[in-house]
Amino acid sequence: MRYLLLRRAVQLGILACLGFSSLDFIAKGDLSSSVWFDTIPLSDPFAFLQIVLASLSIDAAVLSGALIIAFVYAVFLGRAFCAWVCPINLITDLAAFVRKKFGFKSSKFVILHKNLRYLVLILCLVLSFALSLPVFESISYIGIVQRGIIFGSVSWLFVAFVIFCIDSFLSPRAICSHFCPLGAFYALISRFALLKVKHKAQNCTKCYKCIEICPEKQVLFMVGKESKSVSSGECIRCGRCIEVCDDDALVFNILDLRSKK
Amino acid sequence: MKNRREFMQTGFKALCLCASGGFLATLALKADEGYFLRPPGAEDEKRFLSLCIRCGLCVKACPYDTLKLASVFDSPKNGTPFFEARKTPCYLCEDIPCIRECPTNALDHQYLEREKGVLELKMGIAILDSASCVAHWGVQCDACYRACPLIDKALKLELKRNERTAKHAFLLPVVDHEVCVGCGLCERACITEEPAIRVLPREYVLGRAGTNYVKGWDKQDEQRLKDADTSKKNEQNKARDYLNSEDLL
Repeated sequence: MRYLLLRRAVQLGILACLGFSSLDFIAKGDLSSSVWFDTIPLSDPFAFLQIVLASLSIDAAVLSGALIIAFVYAVFLGRAFCAWVCPINLITDLAAFVRKKFGFKSSKFVILHKNLRYLVLILCLVLSFALSLPVFESISYIGIVQRGIIFGSVSWLFVAFVIFCIDSFLSPRAICSHFCPLGAFYALISRFALLKVKHKAQNCTKCYKCIEICPEKQVLFMVGKESKSVSSGECIRCGRCIEVCDDDALVFNILDLRSKK
Repeated sequence: MKNRREFMQTGFKALCLCASGGFLATLALKADEGYFLRPPGAEDEKRFLSLCIRCGLCVKACPYDTLKLASVFDSPKNGTPFFEARKTPCYLCEDIPCIRECPTNALDHQYLEREKGVLELKMGIAILDSASCVAHWGVQCDACYRACPLIDKALKLELKRNERTAKHAFLLPVVDHEVCVGCGLCERACITEEPAIRVLPREYVLGRAGTNYVKGWDKQDEQRLKDADTSKKNEQNKARDYLNSEDLL
């Protein structure tokens, strides 16, 4: 439970820092672009990329912010944004929970391919260039929901409800692990991030609880077979597999080097 | 349906899907594009939309809470800043904090360096409806004139004899389109039920004469005629034969 609680605390804490105007000295802005402690700019590198393609110009403030975020995720944290920051994660996790509790079967008509998100990603970038408009930013449900929470409107609840419905009734984990181009973007850049989930085959009892709970099941292909770190960039570092494992077969591991000695 | 449990599940599922489908349909069908004013430095709507990262830093920076971020239901592009002059106009801060805070240059940073800065902004243009303006009826009202931060420059009063009473004067507010920055303070101040003076986006109201007119009274403009080719290229035969050939043009 500790990673789950920690995750929720981080997610809500970030939204609270951005949302309450009494906490403006900590952070201003939203998840697209923000200023922390009145000095550190942070920006969404995917949004930045779209803006560069759309306007064919680069601005220093947003560039430095995007570089900081891209560097942190690419070198250290991997695709942790999806599990630890993005508010959509709250909705899709709830949807996955409801789906499991009620035992909804997935629709036979909605079958999404895992790699669809990479297609959406490419489409977003190409269209941004062609239309001179940051395409995903203009329709982004992530933007709508996080802005809705941070700036306190109501209409985001409808969007959240639609996401919830899609995920719980139509196709499991449709939004986050099949459609989202932002997740695909972070998956691409975080292939070689240092923080990894390590699997120890000698401890594994092959109960497969981890695979059952994992939102990106394909990354745990080695479970029960060989001792290996999860190397795929698609792992969102949520730590759910570590929590459910009763046999200490999965751990967070910063560097592979240390354990090899 | 095998049992009540399954019935409830399917019913719940259908209900939720219908509701969310209905919501998406309303969004898709809601195609009305009302007008809206963009914050300072966002003159060129296309340029602005291609640069805006929708972070809301300008909204946070505005000391008067003028700016708002568009939600899904607002007509401006979702997540981008706009303001409604009748509710809260732009008070034209001298240091333009909204532009200062903008991380992407979507609000043009040039205005921070320009000499007159805030007075060169072009957010919109005030348009007067003379039918509902009580000053045009002969009632004395200069609310918009007094509210204008560029009083006697952007908004002037024109004196005209009131022929109906034959002894009073009309004090008519007149907007100078070259000077008006479109802050909306006049719209806010207007005393009528619906404002008789409104600030509209410039592209909604301004025309363009084209480059084919040369102003004879303008020395600079007349320079353009210097190297102009004045030899006529009309076909003489065409003018003579058009009745026969039925070629009127």
